[in-house]
Amino acid sequence: METEFDVIVIGAGPAGAAAAVEAAARGLKVLVVDENAAGGGQVYRASAIGKEEKGPGKDLRRALAESGATVVFNRRCWLIEPGFRVHCTAPDRNELYHAPALIVAAGARERVVPVPGWTLPGVIGLAAATALIKAQKVLPGRRVVVAGRGPLLPYVAYMIVKNGGEVAALIDRNGPQDWLSKSLDVAARPGLALEGAGWIAALIRARVPSYFRSAVSRVRGDGEAEGVDIVGLDKNGNVRTQTKSIGCDAVCMGDGLAPSVEITQLLKADHVFDAVQGGWRVTADPWGRTSTANLYACGDGTGIKGAAAAPFAGRIAAIAAASDLGRLSKKDAEKAIASLSRQHDRASRFGAAMTALTAPDVRGLSLIGEDTVVCRCEGVTRRDIVSAVQRGAQSVNAIKSATRCGMGPCGARMCGDVTAALLSAEMNKPLAEIAPMTPRPPLKPVNLEPMMAEFSYSDIPMPEPAPL
Amino acid sequence: MTAGDYDLIVVGGGIMGASAALRASHGGMRVKLLEALEIGSGASGVNAGTLSLQIKRVKLMPYALAGHALWERAGDAVGYRRTGGLTLAFTDQEAELLEHRMTLKKEAGAPIDFVGKNFIREKAPALTDAVVAASWCESDGYANSSLTGVYYRALLREAGVDYSEFSPVTGIDPSRDGGFSVQTGSARIAGKRLLLASGFGLQETMAMLGVDIPVRVRINTVSVTERGPKLLDCIVGHATGLLTMKQKTNGTVLIGGGWQGVRDAETGRGEVRADTLNPNLQLAQYAAPGLSSFRLVRTWTGFEANVSDFYPLAGRLPGYDNAFVLGCVRGGYTIGPYIGQLMGDLILGRVPEKPLFDPERLIDTTYATSGERLGT
Ligand SMILES: Cc1cc2nc3c(=O)[nH]c(=O)nc-3n(C[C@H](O)[C@H](O)[C@H](O)COP(=O)(O)OP(=O)(O)OC[C@H]3O[C@@H](n4cnc5c(N)ncnc54)[C@H](O)[C@@H]3O)c2cc1C
Ligand SMILES: Cc1cc2nc3c(=O)[nH]c(=O)nc-3n(C[C@H](O)[C@H](O)[C@H](O)COP(=O)(O)OP(=O)(O)OC[C@H]3O[C@@H](n4cnc5c(N)ncnc54)[C@H](O)[C@@H]3O)c2cc1C
Repeated sequence: METEFDVIVIGAGPAGAAAAVEAAARGLKVLVVDENAAGGGQVYRASAIGKEEKGPGKDLRRALAESGATVVFNRRCWLIEPGFRVHCTAPDRNELYHAPALIVAAGARERVVPVPGWTLPGVIGLAAATALIKAQKVLPGRRVVVAGRGPLLPYVAYMIVKNGGEVAALIDRNGPQDWLSKSLDVAARPGLALEGAGWIAALIRARVPSYFRSAVSRVRGDGEAEGVDIVGLDKNGNVRTQTKSIGCDAVCMGDGLAPSVEITQLLKADHVFDAVQGGWRVTADPWGRTSTANLYACGDGTGIKGAAAAPFAGRIAAIAAASDLGRLSKKDAEKAIASLSRQHDRASRFGAAMTALTAPDVRGLSLIGEDTVVCRCEGVTRRDIVSAVQRGAQSVNAIKSATRCGMGPCGARMCGDVTAALLSAEMNKPLAEIAPMTPRPPLKPVNLEPMMAEFSYSDIPMPEPAPL
Repeated sequence: MTAGDYDLIVVGGGIMGASAALRASHGGMRVKLLEALEIGSGASGVNAGTLSLQIKRVKLMPYALAGHALWERAGDAVGYRRTGGLTLAFTDQEAELLEHRMTLKKEAGAPIDFVGKNFIREKAPALTDAVVAASWCESDGYANSSLTGVYYRALLREAGVDYSEFSPVTGIDPSRDGGFSVQTGSARIAGKRLLLASGFGLQETMAMLGVDIPVRVRINTVSVTERGPKLLDCIVGHATGLLTMKQKTNGTVLIGGGWQGVRDAETGRGEVRADTLNPNLQLAQYAAPGLSSFRLVRTWTGFEANVSDFYPLAGRLPGYDNAFVLGCVRGGYTIGPYIGQLMGDLILGRVPEKPLFDPERLIDTTYATSGERLGT
């Protein structure tokens, strides 16, 4: 197997796939790595069962297959060293690839603000629910509460209704005014606006009860989710009224997406806190170049701009890489990028407006109980975190050392944002001034067996022992 | 400038600085501690936490025994566990090394025995049977270094030590009355005495007072796995010292051994390198084959400072009566709490119960310091 490439693309979602197709078309030797079993990323996730349906996902996978790029799936990239040396685990072995340029298109992760009971079986993230429905064609439950913020809310409810499930309630932390405030940006993408209107119409037809400016304050259940309590919120997100309890057998809840920045952080690129783009994101110039030489970023990692904008950003990064590698004249690159940039900016207006509906803030914190687990991996509660701050921790790193919050297998992907928000509230410091936890490899947990493969003792290169 | 507000200013909030500050404070001094980042965020908070006499230097053994006893007393607050420790040799050459080294360490006071296969099988059935020779130290164990920050913060508060985090010292000036004026941010802080305990930053802070002692930095790698089934009850090492391994009570396995990462010149951050991480993990897996079913969750690096002879810098700063330096202690997690006390005693004007390690030995006599040498 070939291991030397001109450019390596991490992620085969809409951004990464477009980057790979473009780079290959420009004559570069391209490798695409993705831990999923097929291309498409989150939004165009391939179904694991049945025949491939027509649509953008199928088109993406065909384009990628025909592009001439080398594509390796089921590869978890766990370490990237400068230069770039990309280490991935395949199911049975470790692989090392090398390229002078790297395009990161690793997408986003979901943010969930915990409430009492959120760790009960039957509660899953909104984004996770989309993955479950798309890949496994499985509904999260028969009678499902859908709660949180942002565009995934009506989308998940619609998917449940469309696939024969019942939505017990749709509970939105935003109010109709918040949605209306985005109507101009929505109108910029009439196609998507119509699609959204279609979801809403379907929900109305199915008589799905909707609660605006409301939130789930508790998931009830003995061993599994059996119902939720709903509260009304005031303008500042504080609990206004105790509304009511309703029964369900599953809850999908999420507060939006945050850029995946582990790779760009490890490679020491600059990042900024940008609430309306989902939180900490990598900074990239209009060509997708990060502050680290030959490291490019596109798609959700640069700010959650949505699936429509992602392919333009991917193509821009590929053209920039081709130009920087001396394989395309600067003039041709400039021309191509100018036109793609215009399309990208137009396409991102919709997604960015939707992301702004889910900007991370400290408002949801009032619903986290004292004893509510914030870090699931290590069982760390809000009280543990607040107590660590009171005992002198001034950073999320110090909270982590004191409580183990974020030390588990998820690497703070689930709890990092909430921990930062709690610290921000406790210290009365803006969220933007709370640095994220120091990133450490592996990017995601890796099985030691494939990582190590076969070796014999005498092959271990032992340095000199320490002085006596 | 008049004699400062503080009796002692400590630069650096690792184990060395914090434990010396505590001793001085308990002895009646008014102490200020300045830490560039956070208490216990340096080597003291990211080390492997191995409290093993088998990897201590022979000459440092008495200090390690005393330090170990102090961690034992700290107990649950630092996650202390006494498990006993095995050190393994897999080749004849390693067996020779093991025998030579452990014999000397035993003579120095560590309760070390050589043990056979039956003993290993009983103590650690998950270990490979490819062991050629092994030693056992009953009193070995570990503590949880990530608790260093919380632990010392609480003690410093209790003792009334005035500490400031995120306060890097950027300049130090001797004052005419024999004290010091220390710059941090836009503030200047005055003190009668000064202790430099800035770990890998020692060369820089000593240079602020015109003292030039080269301090080298090792960039040690440590890894931890996800929680897994029971594998090990005791800590495990290797004859060369290139492996330390322990399974915590929560099921995670911590793997160290001083394999070297790199330091990024631009950011100053330590980075893990696959060509040293892999052999470190291979060695661990060779020792305990069951490790192969575990998942690696996190790997990191920490900076361990040392000087040319690998013995501590612990004593008066050459050329100064009222400035002191403490650092570069090999096995400093184990030894730190104790040698910090000795340092505190020296600063208090007492005679430490064990000798310290005068930095004067490292001053190149042909080297003439720039600037005025005060107090001599
Ligand atoms: C869970 C989830 C569900 C979503 N569902 C929807 C939806 O239903 N509708 C919608 O409009 N938008 C959805 N979004 C948002 C949507 O994904 C994005 O706006 C858009 O797809 C961004 O495209 P992208 O190429 O930047 O990232 P993605 O499509 O997320 O692609 C990133 C790819 O990188 C791969 N990857 C990341 N890290 C590694 C690694 N270390 N090693 C190997 N591979 C790696 C991932 O497997 C993934 O395939 C969802 C987001 C998430 C996180
Ligand atoms: C990865 C690793 C594993 C190890 N494993 C073990 C082990 O298993 N067992 C064992 O016994 N020992 C171990 N050690 C050694 C032990 O950790 C160290 O010897 C000990 O922690 C050093 O303590 P210190 O206080 O001198 O340094 P540090 O803990 O590094 O503290 C120095 C502090 O000074 C601060 N500082 C630096 N410059 C300035 C400035 N200008 N102004 C203000 N503050 C400043 C730093 O931010 C830092 O917090 C290990 C070391 C490492 C790095």
